[in-house]
Amino acid sequence: MTRRPAGWHAATVRAVTVETPSARRIEFEVPSWPGNDAGSHVDVRLTAPDGYQATRSYSIASSGETPRVVLAVDEVPGGEVSPFLVHELQPGDQVELHGPLGSYFVWGPDGEQRPVQLIAGGSGVVPLYAMAEVRDALQEVRRDATPFRLLYSVRTPEDRFFAPELSRFAGRGLDIRYVYTRQAPDGWAEPVGRITRETLAAAVWPVEQRPSVYVCGPTAFVEAVADWLVALGHEPRDIRTERFGGG
Amino acid sequence: MSFITRGFSGRNRERDPNLPPGQTLVEDWPVLSAGPTPDIDPADWEFVVVTENGRRSWNWDDFHALGVEDVTVDIHCVTHWSKLGMAWRGVPLDKVFDEVETGHDYVMAHSYGGYTTNVPLDELLDGQAWIAFEADGEPLSPEHGGPARLLVPHLYFWKSAKWIHGLVTMPRDDPGFWEQNGYHLHGDPWQEERYW
Repeated sequence: MTRRPAGWHAATVRAVTVETPSARRIEFEVPSWPGNDAGSHVDVRLTAPDGYQATRSYSIASSGETPRVVLAVDEVPGGEVSPFLVHELQPGDQVELHGPLGSYFVWGPDGEQRPVQLIAGGSGVVPLYAMAEVRDALQEVRRDATPFRLLYSVRTPEDRFFAPELSRFAGRGLDIRYVYTRQAPDGWAEPVGRITRETLAAAVWPVEQRPSVYVCGPTAFVEAVADWLVALGHEPRDIRTERFGGG
Repeated sequence: MSFITRGFSGRNRERDPNLPPGQTLVEDWPVLSAGPTPDIDPADWEFVVVTENGRRSWNWDDFHALGVEDVTVDIHCVTHWSKLGMAWRGVPLDKVFDEVETGHDYVMAHSYGGYTTNVPLDELLDGQAWIAFEADGEPLSPEHGGPARLLVPHLYFWKSAKWIHGLVTMPRDDPGFWEQNGYHLHGDPWQEERYW
């Protein structure tokens, strides 16, 4: 991974689009951005006219050496920052970004090329999407692209983040399995409900493949999945986790 | 360089003076860990201190016998949340270093599971740090670092290593896990020492 110093950056909103009924994709132009690894995060700081400030951390959905930084923000009902970002933010608005942050929950093509297992709960897919995007760009130029699997637990089909992009990646070798916890598409053969140890065992790379595993989602989801992975025989050091909670 | 973001007014107008800059008050207790939660039976737990002069270890009961105390402290996570006035119970590290001699100025805390974090020794003494077993009147749950975690409340909470196994003194301030992965070597929340 590339070591890039974290710093404060002025970011201008270029586009806000509907990601899911409760989430927006926000594309920033950040001229001073040094680039970021896939999986890293950023602090977003908002300042009110009286000087009041609020700061929250968000995973970055984009990566690479580009002034474009993409977030996908899910509204936390009753929150202070996410409802503003989802409902109020418009193209041309400016916020402060501090980053890039984190050099552990990241993936890049320059390390050892073990199979990669991504496991997402809800909006936890954001940093994992960034990794899948890097892999997808890579497979165009390298035939030996790292084998990637994504297991994505989501409430309903319309709550899927990056649905069109992930479909495209799936056509180019990304192995995606969805688990629907509330409502599945018509004709869906799998049971609807929370992920189980059996579902997990059937969907992830077998232990013998020594996959690099990245798990991101709400705390209870990450705790359950990580415990099961260890019980299945995966080495704890091969399992990287990121959790979110609070708004 | 701060500037106003159009339309943002914020909600929490009353700012608690005990809240460091950039922090938001939470009532719940978020969990942040880099990997799976280890399962440690207190019967198997030991606390080890290694210095240039040798090794010293305590089992669960012997360690408690050093002297447990109750403290109320604020905790501040680098991910911008703080919890104020939390009740904790544990052994102050002063009791440990009453029994250990070292000429080193720094300590690497080591956890079950492999996590590490570095702290200057003088910031672990004089009632500034504990090995804690209980929070808010309950035994520490595994996801919050149980059965025992380091508690250094005057630094960002990644310094309060979960699943603490021991301390190794060192002559230099070598970086621990998060300190190698983007977080500040020291981590004072009042100075906002968050990142490199």
